[in-house]
Amino acid sequence: MDSVLRAENISKSFGPIEVLSGISLDLRPGEVHAVIGENGAGKSTLMRILSGHIPPTKGSLHLNGQPITFSGPVDAESHGIVLVHQEILLASDLTVAQNLFLGREIRRFGFVDDKAMREKTRAILTELGTHIDPDRQVSRLSIADRQLVQIARALLVPHKVVAFDEPTAVLTPIEAESLFEIIRKLRSQGVAVLYISHRLNEVKAVADRVTVLRDGRHITTQGIEGLEPLEMARLMVGRDMSKLYPEKPATASDQTLLTVRDMAVPGFVENVSFALRRGEILGFGGLIGAGRTELFEGIVGLRPSHGTIALDGKDVHFRDAREAMAAGIVYLSEDRKGKGLLLQQNLRINLSLAALDKFTKGSFIDGGAEEIALDRAIKDFDIRTRRRDLLAGQLSGGNQQKLLLAKMMLLEPRIVIIDEPTRGVDIGTKEQIYRFIASLAAEGRAVVVISSEMQELIGLCHRVVVMRNGRVAGEVAQADLSEDSIVYLATGVHEERAAEIAAGHA
Amino acid sequence: MTETVLRTGAEKRRFNVDMRALSPFIALIVLVIAGALINPDFLTASNLLNVVTRSAFIAIIAVGATFVIAGGGLDLSVGSMAALTAGVMILTLNNMGTGDMGTLALGMLVAIGLSAACGLANGLIVTFGRIEPFIVTLGTMGIFRSLVIWLAAGGTITMRNFELRELYRPVYFGSVFGVPYPIIAFMVVAAVGALILYRTSFGRHVVALGSNEDVARYSGVPIWRVRTLTYIIQGVCVGIAVLVYVPRLGSATPTTGLLWELQAITAVVIGGTALKGGIGRIWGTVVGAVILELVANIMVLSNFVSEFLVGAVQGAIIIIAMLVQRSVHRGR
Repeated sequence: MDSVLRAENISKSFGPIEVLSGISLDLRPGEVHAVIGENGAGKSTLMRILSGHIPPTKGSLHLNGQPITFSGPVDAESHGIVLVHQEILLASDLTVAQNLFLGREIRRFGFVDDKAMREKTRAILTELGTHIDPDRQVSRLSIADRQLVQIARALLVPHKVVAFDEPTAVLTPIEAESLFEIIRKLRSQGVAVLYISHRLNEVKAVADRVTVLRDGRHITTQGIEGLEPLEMARLMVGRDMSKLYPEKPATASDQTLLTVRDMAVPGFVENVSFALRRGEILGFGGLIGAGRTELFEGIVGLRPSHGTIALDGKDVHFRDAREAMAAGIVYLSEDRKGKGLLLQQNLRINLSLAALDKFTKGSFIDGGAEEIALDRAIKDFDIRTRRRDLLAGQLSGGNQQKLLLAKMMLLEPRIVIIDEPTRGVDIGTKEQIYRFIASLAAEGRAVVVISSEMQELIGLCHRVVVMRNGRVAGEVAQADLSEDSIVYLATGVHEERAAEIAAGHA
Repeated sequence: MTETVLRTGAEKRRFNVDMRALSPFIALIVLVIAGALINPDFLTASNLLNVVTRSAFIAIIAVGATFVIAGGGLDLSVGSMAALTAGVMILTLNNMGTGDMGTLALGMLVAIGLSAACGLANGLIVTFGRIEPFIVTLGTMGIFRSLVIWLAAGGTITMRNFELRELYRPVYFGSVFGVPYPIIAFMVVAAVGALILYRTSFGRHVVALGSNEDVARYSGVPIWRVRTLTYIIQGVCVGIAVLVYVPRLGSATPTTGLLWELQAITAVVIGGTALKGGIGRIWGTVVGAVILELVANIMVLSNFVSEFLVGAVQGAIIIIAMLVQRSVHRGR
């Protein structure tokens, strides 16, 4: 089959740093071509070169067999190559139709023709299998619907190649499934789809061919048949990944440490009760927006909440995180950059911030003790930093997570609540974080893991509480842990039915 | 290969950060050289001491402003607060009548207490009212200013007791070993400020709050207390500045402290404190306050520009300082 877009020996350097070297790739009409790799492997750079956002340093692009250079993304779009960005780039105060036609409004006698744009918007959204109202303000749409609007905006121009950059990062499994339907529809229309992701199960489900990048180099391109996610992970990381999850520590006891009864967080959570035992890893599953984060933020005093919380059998109520920390409970936010670390400050200031009282002599901070603690944290948590005085924002996602763990562990907590422990973390670091979580439980602490990745809950937790629409939908014991049992509780439908429902419902 | 390259990048970055901390000091040296070239009288001890003495009020207020701004806040009310505090202090002294040390001490206590209370009010409204500090302190700026006009009935509040004036005079005009009291006060305030900001948990919490309020909250920083305290510190600094200011003229008028907020914020920004919070530099602020007064002094000595335009030049300086900060930031 002839390729529609072909990259030949593409290299890209930023200054003297080469981030891509000698990558060749061809996209055929009517195929979904996945590009996978760890964070920093060069996926996004490759995508931006193919869609004309940046020029390659070396190598050439060929469109329908003819060599071509794009002057920019607009030029690439005019050749039918469109990119669906990872972040939502919409003006949230405008309506869906206004966003779709932003910068390319249909005009009539010099004025914008709202009626025509509304009709066209409705048509294209229907084609995508959704019934979003074109007049709805984007700020009132769910994240998934916003993504659909973004896709619709990209597909508004005539397209031959559509590139998706981590499109499911913010989607729930059902929403992701309806996105795959759109992708399959594009494929059946003869469009070449470039699909970038590090969620390997999705790649397995949607892709025809897979290209693996590692450290800016091309590792392999193969058909999807017979290529299992585990093998993809091995190709991405360059070593065997079958032992991603550690043994579950056999320390789960009957000793109840924390009991939560009838917990409510107004607007998010109602009537939640659960118990947490010493030495266990308790998972919290559910769809995004099920109220898991809000529940635990309510428990540790970061949100207004009511209900009964008993710690060691004694009723407690925390007015802020400080009080919860004093009682030995720490919460590690899923929003590492916004709520976890001071990105503009150095590692030392970040590390000691929550446990500053441990570093004061009289009224003054003991800088020497802070430095010693930083040395230990770098060693114990394997924080990879080329310099000690870097800012936290200059660390990679995985190292930021390790720093956040180190910071909270300085408080010597008895209960550790970790929200999305491996979001934005590459697979090698994931393994380290899993081992660390298991060791926390082995030391007799109680751990709560909130995760949207079902494999993670299954691989890591002793039991999993599943939430749906702000309530507890049920609990899955260790012996019954499976994706199907979690999805069933999270959505109220079995997995095989979920896809069908999504197709009709979205 | 990549490793070495990254390292050079990091070296360069550190150099830039150092530049940011050093630039006020470099500007100070450049100004001193320029002043010396323009007028031989500039580099005399008496002129330089005079300049630093005159900068004391702004420097003391600006030390407080460094806390507020590093914590992500802003206080526009300092000038009006100073006028109100000075007015109330003089009225207290006048009404006590007796010309002894006890009266003076009481007046001083009233001044510090009032300015701390004003700061507390700013802090509480910002913290618990959840209103932009810009708006809150713009409002209190108007309130404090019109209160002092009302107390003075539109005129001047003057210290009437001659004995008290004589007793109080040395606080501005006196000196120890040739160092005027205002300079001593200003150095002590700066040193204590630096100690608090750099070496205590509270100072660290201020910086954390200014960097990212959410992170501070999730890290168990008592953000309400910390934020309110920064405004109280600002108030106390205003009070101390007033103590040094009152003996200079012995009066308060509706124009006392006019545009001091501009000068204090300018001093803070010149000094390298980030206006969006998260970085606080006490010694930079001190140098910034001296730079402002040096510029005014050079303008007077040089006759290039009318001294009536000092405010315009200071206004221009804050804009230029912001542009420099921006370009240094972008270079990183």
